[in-house]
Amino acid sequence: MSEPGQSAESVGTGSELVCPAGTPAALHAAVDAGAHAIYVGLQDDTNARNFPGLNFSPRELQDARAYTRFRGAKLFLAINTFARAGGLAPWHNALALANDLGVDAAIVADLGVAAHAAKHYPDLRLHLSVQAGASNPAAIAFYQRHFNVRRVVLPRVLTLAEVERLTQAVTVETEVFVYGGLCVMAEGRCALSSYCTGQSPNMQGVCSPASHVSYRDEPAAMVSRLGDFTINRFAPDEPAGYPTLCKGRFRVGTVTDYVFEDPVSLNADALLPALVAAGVQGFKIEGRQRSRAYVSQVVGAFRAALDALSAGQPMPVQALAALSEGGTQTQGAYQRRWQ
Amino acid sequence: MTANAARLTLGPVLFNWPAEHWRDFYFRIADEAPVDIVYLGEVVCSKRQPFFDPHLPAVIERLQRAGKAVRLSTLALVMNRREQQAIHALVRDLHQADETTTGPLLQESALTVEVNDLSALMALREPVAAGTFCAGPFLNIYNEASLQFLADLGIHHCSLPPELPRTALEALGAAAAAQQQSLEVYVHGRVPLALSARCYHARVHGLDKVNCQFVCDQDPDGLAVRTLDDEDFLTVNGIQTLSHGCLNLIDLLPDLQQLGISHFRISPQSRGTMTALSAAAGVLTGKLSPGAALETMQADSLTAPYCNGFYHGLEGARWVSAEPVRLGGGPL
Repeated sequence: MSEPGQSAESVGTGSELVCPAGTPAALHAAVDAGAHAIYVGLQDDTNARNFPGLNFSPRELQDARAYTRFRGAKLFLAINTFARAGGLAPWHNALALANDLGVDAAIVADLGVAAHAAKHYPDLRLHLSVQAGASNPAAIAFYQRHFNVRRVVLPRVLTLAEVERLTQAVTVETEVFVYGGLCVMAEGRCALSSYCTGQSPNMQGVCSPASHVSYRDEPAAMVSRLGDFTINRFAPDEPAGYPTLCKGRFRVGTVTDYVFEDPVSLNADALLPALVAAGVQGFKIEGRQRSRAYVSQVVGAFRAALDALSAGQPMPVQALAALSEGGTQTQGAYQRRWQ
Repeated sequence: MTANAARLTLGPVLFNWPAEHWRDFYFRIADEAPVDIVYLGEVVCSKRQPFFDPHLPAVIERLQRAGKAVRLSTLALVMNRREQQAIHALVRDLHQADETTTGPLLQESALTVEVNDLSALMALREPVAAGTFCAGPFLNIYNEASLQFLADLGIHHCSLPPELPRTALEALGAAAAAQQQSLEVYVHGRVPLALSARCYHARVHGLDKVNCQFVCDQDPDGLAVRTLDDEDFLTVNGIQTLSHGCLNLIDLLPDLQQLGISHFRISPQSRGTMTALSAAAGVLTGKLSPGAALETMQADSLTAPYCNGFYHGLEGARWVSAEPVRLGGGPL
């Protein structure tokens, strides 16, 4: 564990490791493991990981602010769902809280929320959430011009070459996802979950919510369902996964397969040198729903990698290799062939 | 026109139809359909656009001569340079401050651009003249604050995301009326649910997007995705995923009008589009009861069940059958 004020110093290249925390314990773990910045959400539908038992009360957020400040880490508050028509108060309250507590950035997606923030809290730094789906320089320039957005989290739809070109073409910072869950669909443009369950990432801050998941035992299989639809069927010797809709097995014509995406997660560790060289500033790890231990391990490995890169040293292969165990991984849209 | 005068609109064809078929569809719309506004343009995949471009001027002319207002819809997911340049070319009058001429299509036809990605509005510094741009359904307008922001930019017509429930439509309708904006919702057709960088048509055929061989042209209403229990579920259309169920709010048009929605979008399909337009027109003019409208549509439609769950604040796939409409009340 580092000394106070030491762990979160910039790695020199300007690279910033942006890490998830769904609980105060995970936040402490992330800071201790070397996160430069932690992103969190409140316990309501103002953020895109609105899961039961997860996220921060206003009091916990206040404590998180104190702790991250003490340790020299940044704190971002995700307010990144699309505000409810006729019920904007929770989003406005979240922005007010972010401003009052002096978080280092509010991460927003909704035009109305961004406009409210820019108007009422001009000193509150705004990052554009991946949920805004700003996938090209002109769209990013629009958010910059109107809301003074300072950083854009890029949607997971761009190839590495497109990320490089885009980062050069814009005058805001860019942030990319490098590890964790992989949205196969363009973020902020997906209503598959609500088609099945009535609850969506954009509106309720959830995708394929556990409240709508059921499992059914059959003589020679285990069936996972979401709402009224079967998402997968597992043979007895097959590990059964969570029925995230876009990672399900379906039938098209005579083909039965993972039509949208295999049950994989994102790991772009091998692309870190290219992304750093391209001038990308934020390196984001997905997983506010993950455990403290998971957060510690992933954050530690990626921090070591960024530190090595900034020192001109080889990537810490061993630390990163541990992250590839026990699951199938992909570089997603960064690879053109994935598309 | 007042904000609440009902208008029937025809959304852009979302599928990769043979170009001549596409052209002839619009000719027939021009000649026969009771529709006020027609949206044209490739919204899903930029690789398809070159097939339709040669026919665009003739289609626009035919529609305009028939008295239809024509709007050009932009691509929804703008990623690579070619796509960025296409958007730029479409609206280049606003991207070049020292040039007062408009892009050729806009100049000749005084067309409105339906914006489905904010890149089209990049150069917008001052509020534009009403009718230059309208906001498309992919812009994610979920609340009155977003409407207000767009109104301040001079955008006075907004299409709403299909997942919005009645309660949201009610709040949006009230807000739009207060600032002279008009609102549009999908009322018929498979529901656009998701976009991706990945082409699922190509993936299913063992190809990738770059070398897709345009296999999406084999499925004029998209490719059916069924569950392992052989339930109908979703529809793949290139990089887009739609519902299997066919949205049908045509029996609810009177309620939607009460909420302050004025524009009603029918999304083109290979079957039943003309019938749906006629049924919707019948309901709006009072010549057809909502129940009778549903019956006429059932005789000419895709083999897919209707759905209206989003409107009721439920799973989008659900169909809630007609009940007495509770005007001004909460969700049913």
